[in-house]
Amino acid sequence: MKKLSWILFSLLAIVAIALTACGPKAEEPAQPAATEAPAQPAATEAPAQPAAGGKQVEVFSWWTGGGEAAGLEAMIKVFKAKYPDIEFINAAVAGGAGTNARAVLASRLQAGDPPDSWQGHAGQELIGTYVAGNQIQPLNDLYESEGWLEVMPETLIPLISDNGNIYSVPVNIHRANVLWYNPKILADNNIAVPTTIDEWLAAMETLKGAGVQPLALGEQWTKMHLLETVLLGTLGPDAYNGLWTGTTDWGSPEVKVALDNYAKILTYANSDSASLSWQDAAQLVVNGDAAFNVMGDWAEGYFRELGKTPETDYGWAPVPGSVGVFQFLSDSFVLAVGAPDPEAAVAWLKIAGSKEGQEAFNPVKGSICARTDCDKALFGVYLQSAMDDWASNIVVGSLTHGVVANDSWKSEIDTALGLFIQNGDVDAFQSALVAACKASGPCK
Amino acid sequence: MSKLLKDKDRFLSIVLITPSILAVLIFIYGFIGWSVRVSLSKWKGLNPDYSWNGLANYINLFYDPRFAVDVRNTVIFTGVFVIGTVLLGFFLAVMLDQGLKGEGFFRSLFLFPMAISYIVTGVVWRWLMNPATGSRTSGLNLLFSYLHLDFLQNAWHTTPKWGMAAIALAAIWQMSGYTMALYLAGLRAIPIELREAAQIDGANEFQIYRHIMIPLLAPVTLSALIILGHMSLKVFDLIVAVAGKQLPLDVPAIYMWQTTFDGLFYGRGAAISILLLISVAVLIIPYIWYTLHTETEQ
Repeated sequence: MKKLSWILFSLLAIVAIALTACGPKAEEPAQPAATEAPAQPAATEAPAQPAAGGKQVEVFSWWTGGGEAAGLEAMIKVFKAKYPDIEFINAAVAGGAGTNARAVLASRLQAGDPPDSWQGHAGQELIGTYVAGNQIQPLNDLYESEGWLEVMPETLIPLISDNGNIYSVPVNIHRANVLWYNPKILADNNIAVPTTIDEWLAAMETLKGAGVQPLALGEQWTKMHLLETVLLGTLGPDAYNGLWTGTTDWGSPEVKVALDNYAKILTYANSDSASLSWQDAAQLVVNGDAAFNVMGDWAEGYFRELGKTPETDYGWAPVPGSVGVFQFLSDSFVLAVGAPDPEAAVAWLKIAGSKEGQEAFNPVKGSICARTDCDKALFGVYLQSAMDDWASNIVVGSLTHGVVANDSWKSEIDTALGLFIQNGDVDAFQSALVAACKASGPCK
Repeated sequence: MSKLLKDKDRFLSIVLITPSILAVLIFIYGFIGWSVRVSLSKWKGLNPDYSWNGLANYINLFYDPRFAVDVRNTVIFTGVFVIGTVLLGFFLAVMLDQGLKGEGFFRSLFLFPMAISYIVTGVVWRWLMNPATGSRTSGLNLLFSYLHLDFLQNAWHTTPKWGMAAIALAAIWQMSGYTMALYLAGLRAIPIELREAAQIDGANEFQIYRHIMIPLLAPVTLSALIILGHMSLKVFDLIVAVAGKQLPLDVPAIYMWQTTFDGLFYGRGAAISILLLISVAVLIIPYIWYTLHTETEQ
């Protein structure tokens, strides 16, 4: 009797272990069902997650904190008011600049379980990864039916397109080529805001002589951010764009000049840059510890958080050499191939591209609308000036923030830059950049 | 009857152990095999691409200047971390073995850092090892300046070339308590008669340690070296917590992460992870073999 119960118990244990071991396997059949869903959208999805009316849209992002999360909430509110019968599933994954979220997304896509729509930096980061992987759909029809082509800058469209197909809906716009400066330090040292790289170098030399820290710089990605603005400032918008389309030779003497400029500028930076976040570095300027900092205009939101006043505690200008050029980056949303509910996904994209949706999101996030017709009164003094520039300047894309280069290319540039920071060898840096363009970019 | 029972027992034990063996086969060895396959492929981008690439991924790593930085950093980290931890751990164990008052308290005190995750250690040491200068000086550098020990101030992990050694300091802080516990147990296992005999023969304290204690502790030292060595080869979280993902403090694990998930070079990432696995295996397998061997002999 005792033996029997022992055997029964063991069998039970075996079954239990076997079940746990097979757990992940047992769930798999559910996933192919989700991929096939577009054929008969609502029907297959409904039994898995019962929801009122059955229509739902799952939107994947990395907006989990601060102004970003609040802005997303505001936009969801607009969505719910317009489409009360569609349930909104906010599938946000925490993690700085989306590195964790993108790893999660990659595994979901590889498992054939895409969300309806997800966030990505507009441009090649999306195109190089997801268009090449046949994961997102072109949105030209949506752009035409919603009239977005008329309200977004003409020079923006090619940067978010591939072979004439537009692949994402930009919700917000940030500017990358902003030079933040401390007005008091510049006034004390009789320095005018520099507009060319040479003026900038001269200004920093003067400041160095006066015992002021000329440039505040942070960890490695902020150095890549500086690099892209110096490339733009030295080469000008056309040649800069050519770097990414293959018409400007990375091995050319012009690029060498840009890299030499970059190397010179680095010599004016703080010695502890590797240990500073972008906030730490930007803060040095408003606290009067450094004169200049190059950072995207999200820094302005941070300065306000610190209780600083625009134009007295901090000033801004385009990075020297890039006056009249708006180097942008943008968070945008895409339409998944095999979206479980494509209709609901399109409804979400319509909100994301609408004046109402963008006016709800951007003032809270501290960015400007991708549309040029947003109400200026909703924005602060810096953002108003950015809106003017957005509507009138030449638009070029940012490298660090995913517009101009695909992920593989960008990561190779990042490695080349890291080695350069370590060994200071400009020639090796340039040949590594040439090699990176050949291996992962359009260069032959 | 007893044979039947024995067979039944054997059958039962095989049945009971099968699920976990299967799980290990699939989730460990299966995936190792899959990683090897990926490392021999041209897979780059989001979609799997198993087209044959031979050993190209491995060969390219040999010429990759970043991988050279990684290897160099790993060697520095392993050297400083393992030697520092073993020496400090041994020193602490010898001190505690002197029969001082409150030994239990100190033992826990030194062991506690091990209970903390590398991420927490990393964040704390990031503050301590702040390399800022001038009016923004803080952390240990500020402490040194209060103590008028300004010559000790340094750039810590941002020191060119040798920054990795500073990261190893944090790891030493975390793991020396663990080696202390290993050594303490080893010391306590040495019969007191040996020490007494040596004393009668006229050996001084130093000679006792040099000729009796340390040789008898050799198995403990070997275990410590192996455990610490394989940990340091795999280090990832500590570095990311202290310095983020920056090239001067790059190690193979960080390169693998970045190139695979940020750069979508799956083939290259798999090759790095296989090289990591091999380097750990070179350390571990002879040790396991040796331990099993000596155990069966006993």
